[in-house]
Amino acid sequence: MAVCIAVIAKENYPLYIRSVPTQNELKFHYTVHTSLDVVEEKISAVGKSLGDQRELYLGLLYPTEDYKVYGYVTNSKVKFVIVVDSSNTSLRDNEIRSMFRKLHNSFTDVMCNPFHNPGDSIQSKAFDGIVSGMMVQTG
Amino acid sequence: MAGSQWELPPELCCRPMAFVALTGLDVVYNAVHRAIWDAFCANRRADRVPISFKVLPGDHEYPKCRTKRTSYEWYIPKGILKTGWMNKHLNLVPALVVLFYELDWDDPQWKEKQSECATKVEIVRLVKVKLCVIGEDLVASERASALCNACDLSGKSLFVLPHTDHLVGYIIRLENAFYEHAQTYYYTEIRRVKSHKEFLNKTTHQLLFVRHQFKIAFFSELKQDTQNALKYYRTAYSLVHELRAHETNMLEIKTMAGFINYKICRLCFQHNTPLDAIAQFRKHIDLCKKKIGSAELAFEHAAWMSKQFQSFGELFDEAIKLGLTAIQTQNPGFYYQQAACYSQDRKQQAQQLCQGGLSYPSPDPLDTQTGGLDFYGQRPWRQGHQSIDPPDAEKEKTGILALQIKERDVPHSELIIALLSNAVAQFKKYKCPRMKSHLMVQMGEEYYHAKDYTKALKLLDYVMCDYRTERWWALLTSILTTALRCAYLMASVKDYILYCMELLGRASTLKEEQKSKIEKNLIKVLMNEVPDAEPDCDPSSVGAARSLWTDRMALAGSNELTVEVQDYIPFIQCKSRFQSPSFHVDQPIQLQVFLRADCPHPVNFHKLAVSLSNQEYNQWCVVEAGQENMTLSPGKTKCYNFSFVAKTEDVGKKIEMTGVEVMLGSDTGRCVFLSWRGAGGDAASTHEALQASRSSRRWGRGLESRQDVDWDGLNLQPSTMIISRVPKVSVQLSHQPPALTNEMFCISLTVQSQEENVAKDVKLTAGLKPGQDANLGQSTHVTLDGSKVCDEGSPALLPDVPLGDLKPGEKLEKCVYIRCVSTGPRVFLFHVAYSISTTVEGRHIVCKCHKDETVTIETVVPFEVSVKFVSTKFEPLDRVAVEIPFLLMTDVLSSSPWPLMLSSSSLQLQTMTSNTAQLQSQLHEVVLQTGECASECFCLRCPVQTSNSSTVATGQYLISWRRSSSGADSPLVQTTVTLPHVILESVPLYIHADLPSFGRVRESLPVRYHIENRTGLVQEVEMAVEPSDAFMFSGLKQVRLRILPGSEQQMLYNYYPLMAGYQTLPQLNISLPRCSASNTNALRRFLPQRIFVKPQGRELDDASIAAA
Repeated sequence: MAVCIAVIAKENYPLYIRSVPTQNELKFHYTVHTSLDVVEEKISAVGKSLGDQRELYLGLLYPTEDYKVYGYVTNSKVKFVIVVDSSNTSLRDNEIRSMFRKLHNSFTDVMCNPFHNPGDSIQSKAFDGIVSGMMVQTG
Repeated sequence: MAGSQWELPPELCCRPMAFVALTGLDVVYNAVHRAIWDAFCANRRADRVPISFKVLPGDHEYPKCRTKRTSYEWYIPKGILKTGWMNKHLNLVPALVVLFYELDWDDPQWKEKQSECATKVEIVRLVKVKLCVIGEDLVASERASALCNACDLSGKSLFVLPHTDHLVGYIIRLENAFYEHAQTYYYTEIRRVKSHKEFLNKTTHQLLFVRHQFKIAFFSELKQDTQNALKYYRTAYSLVHELRAHETNMLEIKTMAGFINYKICRLCFQHNTPLDAIAQFRKHIDLCKKKIGSAELAFEHAAWMSKQFQSFGELFDEAIKLGLTAIQTQNPGFYYQQAACYSQDRKQQAQQLCQGGLSYPSPDPLDTQTGGLDFYGQRPWRQGHQSIDPPDAEKEKTGILALQIKERDVPHSELIIALLSNAVAQFKKYKCPRMKSHLMVQMGEEYYHAKDYTKALKLLDYVMCDYRTERWWALLTSILTTALRCAYLMASVKDYILYCMELLGRASTLKEEQKSKIEKNLIKVLMNEVPDAEPDCDPSSVGAARSLWTDRMALAGSNELTVEVQDYIPFIQCKSRFQSPSFHVDQPIQLQVFLRADCPHPVNFHKLAVSLSNQEYNQWCVVEAGQENMTLSPGKTKCYNFSFVAKTEDVGKKIEMTGVEVMLGSDTGRCVFLSWRGAGGDAASTHEALQASRSSRRWGRGLESRQDVDWDGLNLQPSTMIISRVPKVSVQLSHQPPALTNEMFCISLTVQSQEENVAKDVKLTAGLKPGQDANLGQSTHVTLDGSKVCDEGSPALLPDVPLGDLKPGEKLEKCVYIRCVSTGPRVFLFHVAYSISTTVEGRHIVCKCHKDETVTIETVVPFEVSVKFVSTKFEPLDRVAVEIPFLLMTDVLSSSPWPLMLSSSSLQLQTMTSNTAQLQSQLHEVVLQTGECASECFCLRCPVQTSNSSTVATGQYLISWRRSSSGADSPLVQTTVTLPHVILESVPLYIHADLPSFGRVRESLPVRYHIENRTGLVQEVEMAVEPSDAFMFSGLKQVRLRILPGSEQQMLYNYYPLMAGYQTLPQLNISLPRCSASNTNALRRFLPQRIFVKPQGRELDDASIAAA
């Protein structure tokens, strides 16, 4: 289960960041922000090989001592980042993928809301609910 | 001690090489020996064998070999690895000793020399000795063996180095031999250590297992057998983790594990298997991460961890320098970063654990008799102790205290910053700008902790802008908060104000009460007072800062500050606009400045000024306290209106806002000018405006009649055009299009004034609108004089025709004539300009106004003229015979939509002459409607040509015409049509006939043929008349006659018609036997072919004759 989930706009500013409340929130902001370096590099690398149907899931972005950071980029260049505790070895790649898919579906629902202005930060109870379901439950 | 306690020993980090000692060389005084030594040690490139040479004196004392243990039964090891062991084998115990001895084989005192050499050998005999003899190579094998015997050496151990020029070559051969000997030596050493294994047992000798494996591995390295070395190090590594770990030996285990891990990683990189190195390192960290050891010395673990990461980073970096390629997600930067991270942990733990103000214990528990440790990683106060519990609890306590006190003096921040800056350099190289920024923030924070505020601010300020442009407000706020503390502690007024303003702004994620505190502080600074301390500042620094502030405040002057806020997100937002993108010069220019404060409390300002590109207007765009309400309420938009009158000379120019300035504070305290470039807006407003324009909310905006302006929807309008006053005159054009080619096309212009004052200096510019096809300028002529057709000299555009003044309501008419020489559409411009005086807001100005009218006029040809040549019999001619009359027929077909009046026409002949007495035009005052045609016919003759060209020009056909609608006084247009050329032919004989216009059945019909000789020769002519059914005839049926030059012969025939109707006359065949080539058919052309024969009348009936 994730310790931090973030949605980043095409222009690389945060649309949504949620992290487990027990830890330093700012640290997660930095972690997500620095992971964009790798995301950008991966996106630009794909652009070079022509005709290649890009996979949205970017995989493990970079390992740190404490966390694993995974990335996902939608076709409209909105990025999803999930941070998982390094000690959590039970989580498989498939589960991460399905988390991203769920997140993407919920994000699409948010975008379909005619009252939501794309580019504004996400304020949606349904999205919150989905994210909460994926976060580490802390008593 | 500082950080150096954790440094890896140099003997571990170097590349082990076989140690060979050279003795018997006097490198100081003996040039030959010096040269030999240089050849050994200079220029040791990679292709030379890896040996480290050392020159030692002949009587050098080598470390004594301890008596070898024969049994390990009662032996309990005191530690894993002795601190001196590696150095001993690298630098003290040579693999072999080479004794150099200068000797001639045929030395006269051979005996003495031999025994001296033997003595020297005996002195150094400890390890393997090689004898190297320098001298003349006069092979004397028995003497050599005698020498070997004397020295008790095998023949293999004797080398001869002759005195020759090829020193380096010999030396290389020598050292290769030495290298082989050294290999053998280390091989036996490995065998020796391996042989201990059987004596060991697993309970008491665990430490020895590790030690022996390490030694074997190290000897293998000395032997340059890195594959095996790696294998033994790996075994040693797994053995070290099998040791029973407890608090007392934890440090020793970690130290050794660190050493072995270093060796393994180093060898892996050397073998170009970086993934193995990384995997080993990860394993190492995972195994050791939790081995903290004594809780009171937790900082030691962090320091050790930091060192592990740092040294791995260095190994990685070194490998990259040797050609390894790293990638973005796997580069040394991550290891430096993690090292820095552990150093930060170390600092934190040190701060927690080392608070005691106790004095350093005496005697120093960290002192040892030797000044160092016997074994790596042991405590000085209980060296060699291997049981679980410390021997002396009291000693243990003072020891820990001593370590804690020492830790307090470690410059943690320096270590952290050095590691971070290493990491920054790496991330910069591997395209991680955000990671770099993050690390720079950490560096800045570390400088802040180290109280180096200037450097901290420099770093923070540098990266702030990255976070601002990427709109990571939470991170920006955190950086700003640190920066604000720095600015406070330095008492840097400008920075302090700047950071306060941004922390109060909308990008800040601070809570209301924090903002409120900051705002109060900001107001204090503006009042020239000392602000309250920032929360979480070090209390001792706060005291210093307060006095700094007091000094700063006491300082007179420099209390004016200008802050460029464009690139920040200040707490006062500004947007300004001209009410309209353009203003007429007789309208006041209106300008609005919107201000909005995002801070929690209302804020006062003292002055608002807008500067414009034309600075003369600036005076109208200032508002100061007292004139208007200058308080900005939180979240409310305030609008300030300015208006001014533009100068008439600025018509056609753009007025731009170059800046907006808001003055905070007052002259009595401190003035801060917030200055926006252009029309305001800041680092975040572009994005906000974009979002607002996309927003669905704006659709409903019109419905709710909110008092407040929608801030996000406000657009900047930074410039306006000053345009001329709207003219109040009407300009009407009346004309009858299309224009006809060459005619004087009249356009009548009516100007009527609706002004309230007299329009002065009315001027008309009329003609072809500039910017069209350049050729049109040549083929268009404009004039005001309609009485005659204008010539080529008239211009295409008549500029500034003065029309005088125009009183209110007065009307003015003017005709403009246009002559278009070519067809096609043209755009004509009628520009009426005048000046008028008017009053705007009490100011009297003279405005220039103008009204433009354009009209597109098509030009068409008025008529088409077609011309044809026919014979007198109205048969079309393709060629004309000389001196024989023919007809020219012209048709003028009107294509004009308006009726044309053809006044007259005339023919100007060039070579032709008229066949009639007078060439009179049949056209006179003829009016042609559209599609009507006027035809004329002229009888012409071509005189004899002097030149013998076959074609001749006919001449021109002139038509004078005008529109029938135009008055009688309007000029006639003369259109000239050039007639086509004709092809001439000359005939030798001309024949024509006189005959009545008709015949009557059974009545005589006399026909007289005239035959003319047109040549200068006598022509013989044969004539024959062919019989015809329709006629009987009398006359010469066949005759041959001669005609003199220029004369004429007549032949008379009486035809007697037999049938009525059109009858073919009997054919007259003429031939010229002399010139048979001439065409008789051509002659026949001149003769009538048929005649109409009337039936015989019963009676003479005049009426019937007349009817026929």
